[in-house]
Formats: sequence, C-alpha cells, structure tokens
Amino acid sequence: MTGLLVLALYVGAFFGSFYLARIVFKSAFEKKGFNKLKTVTFGDESAITANRVASVVSVITVFWLWVAFTNSAIPLPKFPGPFSGDMSFTYTAQLEDGTSDDATVTMRVYREDIQQTLDAEGNPGREPDAPEVEPGEGFAKNDGLTVARYSFKVINVWSNDEVSKRDGSTVVAINGQPVAPGDKIKVPEGTIGLTDKGTPTFEPAVGLRMARLYLPAPEVVFQRFIWLNQEGYQGYTLLEHTWYSLKRVVLGFLIGAVVGVPIGYAMGLTGWARGWFDPIVEFMRPIPPLALIPLIIIWFGIGEVGKVVLLFLAALWIMIIAARSGVSGVAISKVHAAYSLGASKWQILSKVIVPNSLPDIFTGARVAMGVCWGTVVAAELVAANVGLGKMIVTASKFQLTDIIIVGIIIIGIIGFAIEVGMRALENWLIPWKGKV
Amino acid sequence: MSELLIKDISMRFDLPNGGHVQALKNVTLDIKSGELMSVLGPSGCGKTTLLNIVAGFLAPTEGQIMLEDEVVHGPGPERGMVFQQGALFEWMSVRDNVSFGPDMKGMSRAESKENVEHLLDVVGLQDFKEKAVYELSGGMQQRVALARCLANDPDVILMDEPLGALDALTREKMQSLVLDLWKDTGKTIILITHSVEEALLLGERLLVMAPRPGRVHKEYRLPFADMGVGNDLREVKKDPEYAPTREEILEMIWNMEEEIMGRTEESA
Repeated sequence: MTGLLVLALYVGAFFGSFYLARIVFKSAFEKKGFNKLKTVTFGDESAITANRVASVVSVITVFWLWVAFTNSAIPLPKFPGPFSGDMSFTYTAQLEDGTSDDATVTMRVYREDIQQTLDAEGNPGREPDAPEVEPGEGFAKNDGLTVARYSFKVINVWSNDEVSKRDGSTVVAINGQPVAPGDKIKVPEGTIGLTDKGTPTFEPAVGLRMARLYLPAPEVVFQRFIWLNQEGYQGYTLLEHTWYSLKRVVLGFLIGAVVGVPIGYAMGLTGWARGWFDPIVEFMRPIPPLALIPLIIIWFGIGEVGKVVLLFLAALWIMIIAARSGVSGVAISKVHAAYSLGASKWQILSKVIVPNSLPDIFTGARVAMGVCWGTVVAAELVAANVGLGKMIVTASKFQLTDIIIVGIIIIGIIGFAIEVGMRALENWLIPWKGKV
Repeated sequence: MSELLIKDISMRFDLPNGGHVQALKNVTLDIKSGELMSVLGPSGCGKTTLLNIVAGFLAPTEGQIMLEDEVVHGPGPERGMVFQQGALFEWMSVRDNVSFGPDMKGMSRAESKENVEHLLDVVGLQDFKEKAVYELSGGMQQRVALARCLANDPDVILMDEPLGALDALTREKMQSLVLDLWKDTGKTIILITHSVEEALLLGERLLVMAPRPGRVHKEYRLPFADMGVGNDLREVKKDPEYAPTREEILEMIWNMEEEIMGRTEESA
C-alpha cells in the first residue's frame, strides 16, 4: 500500500511540478536557438532538449520522498511517523469468583535505533529505563514497561499482581472495553490486543515511515559515508574499497582489449582466424560472466587474479566482436583507393583499417567497461577480500543498510563517470564519428 | 609510351543457383597514352566491372590487361583510382590525404611537399589543407580525391563516376577541372559516367557499351574535349555537332534500356 502511495506521489510530482514550473520558470520552457523558429517539435527528436528545471525537480523529488518516508531530522514535510514516548492503558482483571480490579500499564516507546545514535558527548544511546509506576490498589497492580518502535511486546501483566494467571486471573476488558482472547483494540498510540491465550500485547503505531533497518534517513547515510572514509569497514576505507574495484575493472578491461582487438582484426582479415575463433566466440559470448564466477573461484581462488581473469573474459568477447565489426565496416572503396595508391598490406592495416575501425572499437569499449563494472561488483558480492561489492555484502549480513546504500550510490556514480569519461575520450579521439 | 591494352577480356560471374552472368564478353581496346576515354552505357553493361579489372581489383575469366607491355595482376600505384565518394580517409587532414601515396612509397614529407603543395594549388584547396575532409563539401572532397590520385603520378587514371554525386553546378566546374588536369598532365584517363553530357564533353574518345553480355557497342571520336580545354563548357554545347551527337547516343541508350525492360517483362 505504501508502495502505491509512493507511486501516486511520484506521478503527482511529475505533473504537478510541470504545471507549477511552467508558471514559475517560464524561460526554461522557451525553445532555444534555431529551435525557436521551428513550428514542429512534437516528433522532431532533434528539437527536444532536456528541461533542466525538470532534472533538478526530479532529483529533489527523489530526495524528498526519501526524507518523507524515513525518520529523518531534515526539516522537510514528512509522513506520519511511528509513535514514540509514553502511553498507558488500563486493563480489567477478573477472578473466578467474579471480583475484578483495574490496573494501568504504562508503555515507554523508544527509538529502535537508539544504540546507533550518539549523544552530545559522543556516547552511544542506551535503552531507556522502564517508567516508574505506583503499584496501586487491589489485586491487579500497575505495570511499567519499555518497547522499541516498529516492535511488539507481549505484556505479562500478572507478573506483579497478587493473583497470577494460573490462579484464575483473566483480562476481560481493556480501557473499559470488554475483550476476548484474539481481539485487538486500536488506540492512537498503537494496537492493544489479547493473544489467543489471553495475554495483553502492545504494538506501537508505525505510521508510514520506514525503520532505519529498512531505509536509513539521508543524513544517516551521509554520516556513514564520512565514517566509512575515516574509519573504514572490514579493514579498508571507502576509498580503498573503491580503488580495488576500479583497479580490477581497468586491468581486466585493458587485458581484454589488448588480446581481443587483434583477434577481432584477425577474424576480419583472414579466413583461418575467423574459422578458428568463430566457434569459441559464438559459444562464449552468450554466457554471462557471472555464470563463470564459481569456476573462476575454483581455479583462481577469491583473490585478485580470479577477479582480473573474470573481467578479462567479460571484456574479451565484446572487444573481439567490436574489432571485427570495425573491420567489416571499412568501405571497400577506401581499401581499393589505398591499394591503388601503393599501400602494402601492413599499411592498409595500420593506415586504413585501424583508424576506420576506431569508432566501433570505442563503442565496444564503452559497453565492455559498463559490463566489467557490473561484473566486478557481482563477483565481489560472491567472494572477495576487499571491494565495493564485498563491503555491501558484508554490511548486509550485519543489517547495516546505510553502508549498503552508500555502496550503491558510489557504484552508480562511478558507473556514470566511466560512461561520461569514455564519451569525452571518444569525442576527442574520433572527431569524425557520425560525420561521414 | 604507356599504352594500355585491354585484350579480349571476358568476365563471367557464377551465381549460387548454378546459373551465371556474362558481365563482359570479348572486350578489346587499345588506349593510347594521353587519351581521355569516357565510357557510357545502361546499368548492367559491365562498365564498372571493366574498370575494376583494369584497376586490378578483379581478375578476368579470360583475356588480360597490359600496361607498357606488363601484364596487370593486381592493383598498383601506376593506375590511380578516383571513386564516386567516400573513399577519402576521414581521420586525415586534406594535406595528409593528398600525400598518402608518397607517404606509402616511403617518401619523406620534405621530398613530397613541393608536389603536394602544387597539387593543392591546382585543385584550389590551398586554404583548406589543414581541414579535416569531413568538413568539406562534396565537390571539395572530389577535388581532394583528384589531387590524391595525381600526387602518386600514375600513368593511367581510372575514374568511376567521380562526379556522379555532385550537384549540377559543382559538376560543371569539376568537369572543367578534369579537362584542365588532363591537358596539363597528359595522363591517360578512363572515365565512367552515367551522364551523356559528361561523356560527350570529357570524352576525346567515347565508348558506348551494351549489356547482356557486356560488350562495346559503338565508339566515337569527339572534338568537344579539346574544345573544352580552357574554355567555357557551355560554349562547347553550342557547337552544331553537339546536339545531334547527344541525341544519337541518347537514342541508342534509350533503345537498350527499352530492350532490357522488354526482356525482363517477357521472362517475368
């Protein structure tokens, strides 16, 4: 249900901010440059430019949803949170002879993540003491208990009573309302009920926000990010985890390219090489690198060599196919022209085929880098000593969701940076791409 | 003298379904040094196949090509090619494209510089030599292709519809350029074209080919190329002989096309 609410809010934000932004940021909706003079833009993809206001609002929306559904300290509108603090209810106990007595239960609901918070002196928080209560009159005595948010407590109200449950004392009413075993009563602070055996229970109201275990607030994740840089996790700082993952990717990719590109050229240039490598390439290409992880671990262990071999295999087939299609993309008239100008076979390769295939090789390299980055994280998830994937999977075993989220964000940023970097390199090295 | 002999060339392509296409049958030609020969014909008459055989990209099933008493076995720098389009090297500047041939021979840039600069002047691209070829217009690109071919100082220049992709105005200018280059360098040129006008204006000798099988249908000796050197080509077109010759050739090719159409309709 909460999921549907998130979806509805997101869709609402999409359209709502559109109508709002059209009034507030008029200039962002004006067509720029030559597009100003185009009367037809719907259907003309080249006339569409990304509306930067939309991009900013989009990021803010995701961030706000994140805040709104967590117990964040950031002052943004938030959804009703879980109940926290003291509440009390009365129960009526009845003996077999019909005499009854009322007593009060005071529940102290505390933050579920109290041990992960720090006070002003930097000491971790502790679970609060149970509220002190007067025992009161009658055979049923008042109780004081604690319970964490998002949690559930079975209350043995008879523990301090004069007549125990075994001796025939039963709870017949809560807050004056008659109840039978299995019943539940809603109060603003949560749900009070009786178990099937007749013991009172209390479940504090959770609201719509998510517990820290499921989705930590943004500032919690940010603090964890700082902490990971200073203290590190599993013996390595965040930078070291990232560096190890990146190093594996770059190394595996480079070896894959250095081996794959010449093989691809050979396949495009000689029938023997094409016949030789075709079955291998066609067989290996559809196998996802992840499927090779178990074999790689058996052969090479969980160390660096195994990772680099796996990434080499992930990049190799992509680079072979890219180089091969680069050769097949050379216009025959260029080759003929070069031969007619007196070029030797070696010169044809180095002066015509290699430069002409660069655009294809670069496209392949971009794909291969993306696949390698995805594969390294997955490989580290399975087994590794260090790396972003290793950090995430270890954190998940200790339910440190904030570390998992830090890891995911770093993986996303680096994947994005790789793509942007490769594009920039491509524009710089192959200015003629797409202009011929 | 660099005499080009096309001796009894036949070309048969086997088809995968067991049949075959006779692209050329017993084509014999004797092309004198310094001759400018244009080749015209309906599509499928084998003119491009003939050019590829002369260039050495294809081996004929029968007959042989001889240049200066040497049998042609493959492509070589003594037979330069100018293609319709897309045969320039985009990753090189205009100058590097032009000096490609000398570079391949192992000539240093210092040695080839004078010739390359001269050719850039001749084709009028001195101001564009540092540009990348993809930045040039189609006509300029063909000027680069001409200069690149000439830089290698070939004995024969083979042109495969070099001006086919250009607009009419650029095309006319380029036709004048081709004529001037021909006169200045004295090269033997074989030019394949689809345009009857171009074949008339540029062909000192004009070959009309016929299809199925590809063969020489008729040969003309024409005065227009000589007239056109250094002159306005539009003046040449006013020559009293020009229009009747054009009509005659057009009629000839028209009939061939009709015949092809008729035959395909019959077989269909």
